[in-house]
Amino acid sequence: MTLMPYDEALERFEPVLGLETHVELGTASKMFCGCSTTFGAPPNTHVCPVCLALPGSLPVANEKAIESTIRIGLALNCTIATWCRFARKNYFYPDMPKNYQISQYDEPLCTDGYLDVEVDGATVRIGIERVHLEEDTGKSTHVGGATGRIHGADYSIVDYNRAGIPLVEIVTKPIPGTDRMAPEIAKAYVTELREVMRSLGVSDVRMEQGSLRCDVNVSLMPRGSSEWGTRTETKNVNSLRSVERAVRGEIERQAAVLASGGRIIQETRHFHEDTGLTTSGRSKEEAQDYRYFPEPDLLPMAPDPEWVASLKAALPELPTVRRRRLQQEWGVSDLDMAAMHNADAIDLVEATVAAGAPAADARKWWMGELARRANESGAALADLPITPAQVAKVTELVASGALNDKLARQVLEGVLAGEGGPEEVVEKRGLRIVNDEGELAALIDQVLAANADAADKVRSGKIAAVGALVGGVMKASRGKADAGRARELILERLGVQE
Amino acid sequence: MSLIHKTAAELGRLVAAREVSAVEVAQAHLDRVAEVDKQINAFLHVDVEGTLAQARRVDERLAAGEALGPLAGVPIAHKDVFATRDMPTTAGSKILENWRPPYDATVTRRLREAGLVILGKTNLDEFAMGSSTENSAYGPTHNPWDLTRIPGGSSGGSSAAVSAYEAPLSTGTDTGGSIRQPAAVTGIVGMKPTYGGSSRYGLIAFASSLDTPGPFARNVLDAALLHEAFSGHDPLDSTSIDQAVPPVVDAARQADVAGMRIGVVKEFGGEGYQPGVLARFHEAVELLESLGAKVVEVSCAAFEYALPAYYLIAPSECSSNLARFDAMRYGLRVGDDGTRSAEEVMALTRAAGFGPEVKRRIMLGTYALSSGYYDAYYGQAQKVRTLIMRDFEAAFHQVDVLVSPTTPTTAFPIGERADDPMAMYLADLCTIPSNLAGNAAISVPCGLADEDGLPVGLQIMAPVLGDDRCYRVGAAVEKAFESRWGGPLLAKAPAI
Repeated sequence: MTLMPYDEALERFEPVLGLETHVELGTASKMFCGCSTTFGAPPNTHVCPVCLALPGSLPVANEKAIESTIRIGLALNCTIATWCRFARKNYFYPDMPKNYQISQYDEPLCTDGYLDVEVDGATVRIGIERVHLEEDTGKSTHVGGATGRIHGADYSIVDYNRAGIPLVEIVTKPIPGTDRMAPEIAKAYVTELREVMRSLGVSDVRMEQGSLRCDVNVSLMPRGSSEWGTRTETKNVNSLRSVERAVRGEIERQAAVLASGGRIIQETRHFHEDTGLTTSGRSKEEAQDYRYFPEPDLLPMAPDPEWVASLKAALPELPTVRRRRLQQEWGVSDLDMAAMHNADAIDLVEATVAAGAPAADARKWWMGELARRANESGAALADLPITPAQVAKVTELVASGALNDKLARQVLEGVLAGEGGPEEVVEKRGLRIVNDEGELAALIDQVLAANADAADKVRSGKIAAVGALVGGVMKASRGKADAGRARELILERLGVQE
Repeated sequence: MSLIHKTAAELGRLVAAREVSAVEVAQAHLDRVAEVDKQINAFLHVDVEGTLAQARRVDERLAAGEALGPLAGVPIAHKDVFATRDMPTTAGSKILENWRPPYDATVTRRLREAGLVILGKTNLDEFAMGSSTENSAYGPTHNPWDLTRIPGGSSGGSSAAVSAYEAPLSTGTDTGGSIRQPAAVTGIVGMKPTYGGSSRYGLIAFASSLDTPGPFARNVLDAALLHEAFSGHDPLDSTSIDQAVPPVVDAARQADVAGMRIGVVKEFGGEGYQPGVLARFHEAVELLESLGAKVVEVSCAAFEYALPAYYLIAPSECSSNLARFDAMRYGLRVGDDGTRSAEEVMALTRAAGFGPEVKRRIMLGTYALSSGYYDAYYGQAQKVRTLIMRDFEAAFHQVDVLVSPTTPTTAFPIGERADDPMAMYLADLCTIPSNLAGNAAISVPCGLADEDGLPVGLQIMAPVLGDDRCYRVGAAVEKAFESRWGGPLLAKAPAI
């Protein structure tokens, strides 16, 4: 596959993006039956006549899922339909028990909204075309063959535990004008959407488990043109980083095709995590005819406007609003706030502040030492074995003078190593600062005796040389001495005044 | 009078009074089935052991002093389109041969709860698609009045079983007339309740927005008792109506039409109707007038388009409903030799498992729903449906019930229309409007046609949730006719 370098591609073409996101709702039961939605159960144990589509079975809509969808629509500033229906989307596939999916077609629950996302300190408004409710399919596993896909497989097995789990589809309007920021904007959108879902508590939005899935649409048009090009739809984009890579890769690929006089085929493409490239999937040139029609087994939905208004009033603070509030409360710069956001540190810092730490200190530890540790071990910040309360305790010990930064780092290390809470680690490791004047004086005597040259320099007025002596005291105390107090005492002993 | 000739109400009373045991009643009907069903072919499956076990259970419960419903211990023949966990459920199709559901349909469950004894499963047109039971993959059912003729369809096994005294009661489903037309041509009572009045859960779907379970019986009161036994709201069926079942049993006992306003549908009659059918129908209308009803003619102009609208809506829904028969999870599987893809196996299975009429309707429906044709076909048909509802609404402002012949002709010979789908479809001309509008309608016997001596049915249509009116008028007609005939019409049927 030929790619055009990204910079060159952007010089010649302008991308138009579109994102379709599927979110599995975290309801206790499936969309149209009472089966559990718990992830990871043995295959085909969360099934019943309804989600297996046994003859004669009928769906009953999950009201909680309808409510969640409306809340999502409200959080995305959508208009909520006063009357709408489910529709059947007909196509044959072995992991779809009824061979039709109960979805929504021309009457979605929520339409015409937007989501503001921040990229490099600037706000970009992404238009939302629609939010609708449908059911998930079963999960096929294709065994044998090289690709793990149905073509070339020796056989396939199907797990229907996932069949019928409520699925919300969120479709953006076309997003032109992103220019070279297209990959970052795509990633920022999915990140923001994920946070909105989390704040609403409607889904665990775990991309690696498939509870948040994203299809990326990309088309290119030559610079100066206003006519959008043919788009491709890339599936199997399973992480935030992949969203960014898939957009970039597809821009590079399409640019190369167009520049060599080729044409883009409207098709589904498959993203490969290992190479960051996409390969051709199903062609959509001859559009599949899904023969949509209103689902006759279910009544129309007519959400009571008063109920919708009460759901709207009860929406939690949404992530952007919250970030703006916290930024103001904490008094941090846009850049620092963005860094915390990217590091998924905001919740942690907030909790640490709530536990009594000053915002600057909470940020310093989470974004400094702890971020470094997380990075080293490849863990997410939130998954480190330390609580915000423990971090707050460490900042408290530093503020009280019981610890200095160096010792505090050792305390954190101890907590992360499972040695107990901060105070326990201080105790076990004997990390309390030496500010006993007698002990300190003895250390200073030792150091002055061993460093007569430096002492003379200080006496002769080269006060800068005191640094080496303080360093000596710190070393001798294995970092536990109060460096400021040591400095004062040394100067006093040498009869020097600053 | 032998047990098999008694009414369901009487059998229920005898069993409850412990004058006769449910086992005796069951055995009498099993004997009758063994005696005549080779000629009739009403049953696809007879559950001898299960029947006797159910009957014993009823006797035990009664012996223990339990108060059961009025039909406890009464045998019933169950259309083989309702899921039964202890019997095969085939929908008359090869694609479900030997399939045993792991669950009971709501109607099945309620029959059991009411203490009805399920004798077995009755024959039907494959997936309830047809008007003659000739489309069954398991051979046609024969009309007890004339074994060379059809018993109607799709619930032809159920109508024949009741008409041949193999069971006093049976269940049916009515999508375009599949209860009323078989009842009419076998000289019994068949009722299509208001859509949503009886649960579809566990009824193998043909056309979801039309399918309605309903009762067959040899008299109006028995039909009402059965109607009451299995109807009512079901949380498992979202389209089921959350309201009390109309007072159908009281209405059947009331049997009085004095002062009622009755409308004769102008559009039903004339060309294409058998003269003997029209003659009996007009007699019935005169009878109603003589009983004190006020009869007027009512025009329902949109009814003319009901048949074509039905043959777009029903196939459209069926094309989707029948997609699940794909060999993946249950039923027939053809060509799975380890070399073929899932799609090939699906295609081979469906080609082998579905009969020609089912395939025809799947093709029609797939076409009607296709992008670019949807508006012209399915969309247009839905508009017609709305117009038909409006016609009914306007009519029911003027009258309490509407009447018409149930079907334009008496039972036709087996094979006569088998190769002419259009002729077959005309059998449902008068019954389809009530399916499209969802209102209640019943067919009661109104005599024998002069030219062939075969039964004719009178259709009585009532508004949505006006099911009791059907029973009230039906019972009045029945009472008046029976006193004129000196007994039930069925007594005139030749002995088998």
